[in-house]
Amino acid sequence: MTYLAKPKFHHPSLPKNALGYTHRDYEGSISTLCAGCGHDSISAAIIEACFELAIEPHRVAKLSGIGCSSKTPTYFLGHSHGFNSVHGRMPSVLTGANLANRELIYLGVSGDGDSASIGFGQFAHAIRRGVDMVYVVENNGVYGLTKGQFSATADRGTKSKRGVMNNDSPIDMVGIALQLGATFVARSFSGDKAQLVPLIKAAISHRGAAFIDVLSPCIAFNNHAGSTKSFDYVREHNQAVNKLDYLLGRAPIAVDYAPGTLQVVEQHDGSKLVLRKLKDEYDVSDRVAAMNFLARHAAKGQVVTGLLYVDNEPEDLHLHLATVDRSLNSLGDADLCPGAATLEKINASLR
Amino acid sequence: MSVISPIRRVNDFVVRFANVNGSGSASANELFARAVLRMGVPVAPRNIFPSNIQGLPTWYEVRVSQAGHLGARGGVDLMVAMNPQTFDKDVASIEPGGYLLYDSTRPMPASRLRHDITTVGVPLTAICNAEYSDPRQRQLFKNIVYVGALSALLDMDMAEIERLIGEQFKGKDKLIQPNVHALQLGRSWVLENVSCPIGLTLARADAVGERIFLEGNAAAALGAVYGGATVCAWYPITPSSSVAEAFTRYCARHRIDPETGLHKYAIVQAEDELASIGMVIGAAWNGARAFTATSGPGISLMQEFIGLAYFAEIPAVIIDVQRAGPSTGMPTRTQQCDLLSCAYASHGDTKHVMVFPENPTESFAFAADAFDLADRLQTPIFVMLDLEIGMNHHLCAPLAWDDSRRYDRGKVMTAEELEAGRDFGRYLDVDGDGIPYRTYPGTHPTKGGFFTRGTSRDRYARYTEEGAPYVDNMQRLLKKFETAKAVLPRPVRRDAQRPAKAGIIYYGSTAPAMDEAIGMIEAEGQHLDMLRVRAFPFHQDVEDFIARHQTLFVVEQNRDGQMRTLLVNECGIDPARLIPILHYDGTPITARFIANAIGAHLDDLKVTPIRKIGA
Repeated sequence: MTYLAKPKFHHPSLPKNALGYTHRDYEGSISTLCAGCGHDSISAAIIEACFELAIEPHRVAKLSGIGCSSKTPTYFLGHSHGFNSVHGRMPSVLTGANLANRELIYLGVSGDGDSASIGFGQFAHAIRRGVDMVYVVENNGVYGLTKGQFSATADRGTKSKRGVMNNDSPIDMVGIALQLGATFVARSFSGDKAQLVPLIKAAISHRGAAFIDVLSPCIAFNNHAGSTKSFDYVREHNQAVNKLDYLLGRAPIAVDYAPGTLQVVEQHDGSKLVLRKLKDEYDVSDRVAAMNFLARHAAKGQVVTGLLYVDNEPEDLHLHLATVDRSLNSLGDADLCPGAATLEKINASLR
Repeated sequence: MSVISPIRRVNDFVVRFANVNGSGSASANELFARAVLRMGVPVAPRNIFPSNIQGLPTWYEVRVSQAGHLGARGGVDLMVAMNPQTFDKDVASIEPGGYLLYDSTRPMPASRLRHDITTVGVPLTAICNAEYSDPRQRQLFKNIVYVGALSALLDMDMAEIERLIGEQFKGKDKLIQPNVHALQLGRSWVLENVSCPIGLTLARADAVGERIFLEGNAAAALGAVYGGATVCAWYPITPSSSVAEAFTRYCARHRIDPETGLHKYAIVQAEDELASIGMVIGAAWNGARAFTATSGPGISLMQEFIGLAYFAEIPAVIIDVQRAGPSTGMPTRTQQCDLLSCAYASHGDTKHVMVFPENPTESFAFAADAFDLADRLQTPIFVMLDLEIGMNHHLCAPLAWDDSRRYDRGKVMTAEELEAGRDFGRYLDVDGDGIPYRTYPGTHPTKGGFFTRGTSRDRYARYTEEGAPYVDNMQRLLKKFETAKAVLPRPVRRDAQRPAKAGIIYYGSTAPAMDEAIGMIEAEGQHLDMLRVRAFPFHQDVEDFIARHQTLFVVEQNRDGQMRTLLVNECGIDPARLIPILHYDGTPITARFIANAIGAHLDDLKVTPIRKIGA
């Protein structure tokens, strides 16, 4: 833990992206999480994804609730506006923010306690509404800041560091997101940056509710034998269904693959999700099959990762509300106020 | 046995309709009230309804008052008793000398009637059964038939009623004739069989003027449209739901882009009140004008978020249509009982701004102003309606808007100012008024970004748990609260014609009853000054008013004297100086109640004794 400010200078030969920004322009202040925390790897993956996509950092709004995971927006995208709201209520704040200005990218960062326990309702309803966002849950199965109590994603039969057995059924956030109509659903592992970064990039480019459940072991309270959220357990039981290459624009697919091993999903903006299949039968466009696949593998104690479902014609809340193209926060008096003459007519109709 | 003669009054009486909820009586009753209004005679109608959709008793009361007394009066001069369930109680509530109109298809035995009132039996069911075969028509037209009966009994202008029916069914023209016919059925039967008119009559007058007839909730919703609200997030709760519903209606009329048909607004029915206020805060943080409408239980649920908005300094407009608490309380009855839970909402040291409209005209104006206030003060603003204002039609001054007015978006630093190198500290008090500058997300690539949080921070929005910056910030928030006093609606004073040692403080929906009560008190030779409080924190005028009077009455509609508590707490007033006058049974406060209660105190205080003002 440190309170030192991060030095701003950097090596002159650091690579720059299309906007001329370096990695450093996407960083935040120094993390105060425990050394080795999975969450820091996720922050690094977010930085990498935004750098590679050449997003202007200030066009991202990062929102979170309360908890270890919710602290992380301080540690990336330091020039972006951030909002550390109240416990479990990030989804509603993000929904409101999105309604006000549809032109920004909304990145919601939450944890399993924040989204599966106290904020389960808000998580569910934001997904249901199809808010255009990237919703990342940094999932470690425990409450870190209050020292290791189980959260609602802890598997039944797992043991806490203090030896307490969890007898409650777990909430599978991916399963819930699929059921409630998220149009982009993925699961990844904080220890697998090669898998995670393209997923975040694809989620950012998705115009709808994108949900990523990232298993992110708690080094302090949930990384022991008997935990199903430890580094070792996740590595041993990880069943990746595909490997995603995210392609910007209309670039041709350059690499040759054996026939039948490739699934290409073209998105609305022309970007392509190129999926190398690792499980032959897996089809990312089949929501019901995805739920079935997940349930079968969960029963075997396996952790299915990868891009699990994507709808390439997603709808979002603004479409459902038929809002104007301009952001609502840019509308002024002339757009919004019907004026005195109209009020006179209204008065007349009330006599 | 004394003989009580029938009441004889023109344009000054109370009619009460006793109905069964869900029987379609509401529109007929409203037709009656509007017809009186069209005759140029002021009316004050009130819905007295249960938390129920169908089957339970409901009442609609119309106070007719050419003198313009619009508060509840108490007592009933003419009862239209259409509900067998409540018949006996309804009959018992009629003033001696009053009148009863009932459906005499099955005549009531004399034992269930009264000898000191005039009973008019009209066989409504029989008339309808003879005319209509469809059971639904029989039920619905029965309501119109009794309005027809009333038109004859009270000598109403038939042409006005028919004109109203024409306006009501404009576009569905084939419904006009059957309704007019039903009206005629009732009227003809009464003219043939009853000596008309009765002692209560309506005469054309010119006492309505330019005033309009509107519900407070609709007025507040229209205020939100005019005030520039673009985001509304709400959760259904009586008595506030019609705010969001009216906002939806007004937006559909006035906020659709004519070229694209797209909406210049977003309305979300949230999953609960926590999400509603969360969305409002998110939208306002991001630079949109946003509001929610709720009632007491919703305020309870929103507490944590309200504290966040206070501490992180995010604008929010909360329209609280108060109902009787605590807990679920009486969901369809009125009270002014959320003052304390709003004034100090959330844990920790908080203070919030409230405005108290007296009627729909002010509901419109204050709702529109609330968005300027929220942006200017960067804090939640509570617009405190109640069921009495919100869910009843009130005759009130026309709504007004000045086209030269521009929205005050408060202190927002722009990309140009940031680019020019202006120092930006989100919680830096540059102007000495306690109000810092903010930036909207997405303003500038490298400047003006900050982290909004509910945790303590320094002037540049950097997280800190050190004592000095925390205290510095908390003191600035107090300074901002002081600044608020100057920009909020000032209290309205009405001085007695002679120097007065006693004063009355009141607010909100108590106003019409208070206006009438002061006339009754003055008629007894007592003179009191009056002050209508319109905002919290209190303007200096409030403290001055208290300082100038020996005795003060604080009139309000709750059990614990919540306004009085705020006065004691915020102005350092000796509690003994503030005499609470409290009415909290869920019915709107009446002039009779106020005049009697204050009269009794004045007797006790031995300030010139007066006799009690007759009920």
